[in-house]
Amino acid sequence: MGSQWLFTLTYGALVTQLCKDYENDEDVNKQLDKMGYNIGVRLIEDFLARSNVGRCHDFRETADVIAKVAFKMYLGITPSITNWSPAGDEFSLILENNPLVDFVELPDNHSSLIYSNLLCGVLRGALEMVQMAVEAKFVQDTLKGDGVTEIRMRFIRRIEDNLPAGEE
Amino acid sequence: MAIFSVYVVNKAGGLIYQLDSYAPRAEAEKTFSYPLDLLLKLHDERVLVAFGQRDGIRVGHAVLAINGMDVNGKYTADGKEVLEYLGNPANYPVSIRFGRPRLTSNEKLMLASMFHSLFAIGSQLSPEQGSSGIEMLETDTFKLHCYQTLTGIKFVVLADPRQAGIDSLLRKIYEIYSDFALKNPFYSLEMPIRCELFDQNLKLALEVAEKAGTFGPGS
Repeated sequence: MGSQWLFTLTYGALVTQLCKDYENDEDVNKQLDKMGYNIGVRLIEDFLARSNVGRCHDFRETADVIAKVAFKMYLGITPSITNWSPAGDEFSLILENNPLVDFVELPDNHSSLIYSNLLCGVLRGALEMVQMAVEAKFVQDTLKGDGVTEIRMRFIRRIEDNLPAGEE
Repeated sequence: MAIFSVYVVNKAGGLIYQLDSYAPRAEAEKTFSYPLDLLLKLHDERVLVAFGQRDGIRVGHAVLAINGMDVNGKYTADGKEVLEYLGNPANYPVSIRFGRPRLTSNEKLMLASMFHSLFAIGSQLSPEQGSSGIEMLETDTFKLHCYQTLTGIKFVVLADPRQAGIDSLLRKIYEIYSDFALKNPFYSLEMPIRCELFDQNLKLALEVAEKAGTFGPGS
C-alpha cells in the first residue's frame, strides 16, 4: 500500500526529529501527546461528518465506536476491546498490529520512549470535543517486547462546561 | 438562486463564516427634482424612506447611491451628509438609488449569536431531554435550516421555502468544513474561516444542491 508506507515513514521521521530536538524520552512523549491532541480535535469532525454515528450514551458504546468504526476508518485495523473494569469506566484496546510501527525497532537508549503516543493524544483530543474527558495510555507495546500493543482507556468525567444546547 | 445564505456558528455562538448568494433585491433608481416628495430620516447610520411610496420605492428602503455613487451609511461618497445634500435645491436634479438595506457584518454577527441563544432556549423548552434543537424556522419568504453537530458547531442555511434537499446539503457543508477548514493546519479552531478552498467548494455544493432540489413554478 503506497500511501501507508509514506505514512509510516513520515511518522518515523517525525519521532526521530523530536528525539533530536528534545533529547529526552519524556519530553518527546509529551510532544507526541500534544500533537496527537491537536489532530484529535480536528479529526473528530471529519469522523462525525463521514461516519454518521450518533451520540454515545455510555462508555461501552464509545469503546465500540472507537474500535470498530474509527480505528477501521483511519488506520485500517480493528482493535479488540477487553479488560473492562467492574465500574465500566476503563477498558483496553488490543492492537494485534500497529501500522505506525511496521518497520521500527526501539534502540536501547530510547527505552522509555512511547513511540505511538500520538494515538493517545488523538483519542484524548477527539473525545474531549464530544464532552468526554478520558485518559489513554500504552500499557503494552510490541516495540518493547510485549506480545501485543495495549492501550488502556479510562473515563475521567463528562465535560459539563460549554455543552452544546440540548445535551444537558 | 434558491439558496440565499449560509452561516456557520462556532460553539460559543460566534459567527465564523457567512455567505450570501442571492441576486440583489429589488432596487429602484430614479431622478428627482426639488423638492423631494419622499420623506427621509436617519436611522441606525442609514438614510431610510420614512414616508412616501412610488415606482418601486417603499417605506424602509435605504438610500443606496446618489448619482451613481454608492453612499457610505449616512454620508455620500465624497463625505457630505446625505440629508444635507438632498435638502439643498442646488444639487437637483439628482438620481437616487433606493433599495432594501443589506445587513452589515456586525448585524450578522449579532443575529448569529442571538440565534445561538434562541437555539439553546429551544432545546431547554423541549419536553424531552436530548432535543436536536431548532432544525427549521419557516416564514413565507424563506426557510431557515439548522444542523448542530455533536461538537456544538451550527450550520445554518437560508433557502427558498420550496427548495428540497437542504438536510443533505447541511451534512455536505459539514464535510466541506471538516476537509477545507479543519485539515488546513493554518486554520485555528473556532476562528473566522478565511480559506479559499472552503469558499470554492461551498459555492459548488450550493450550486449542486440548487440544481438537484425541487423548485416551485416559475423559478
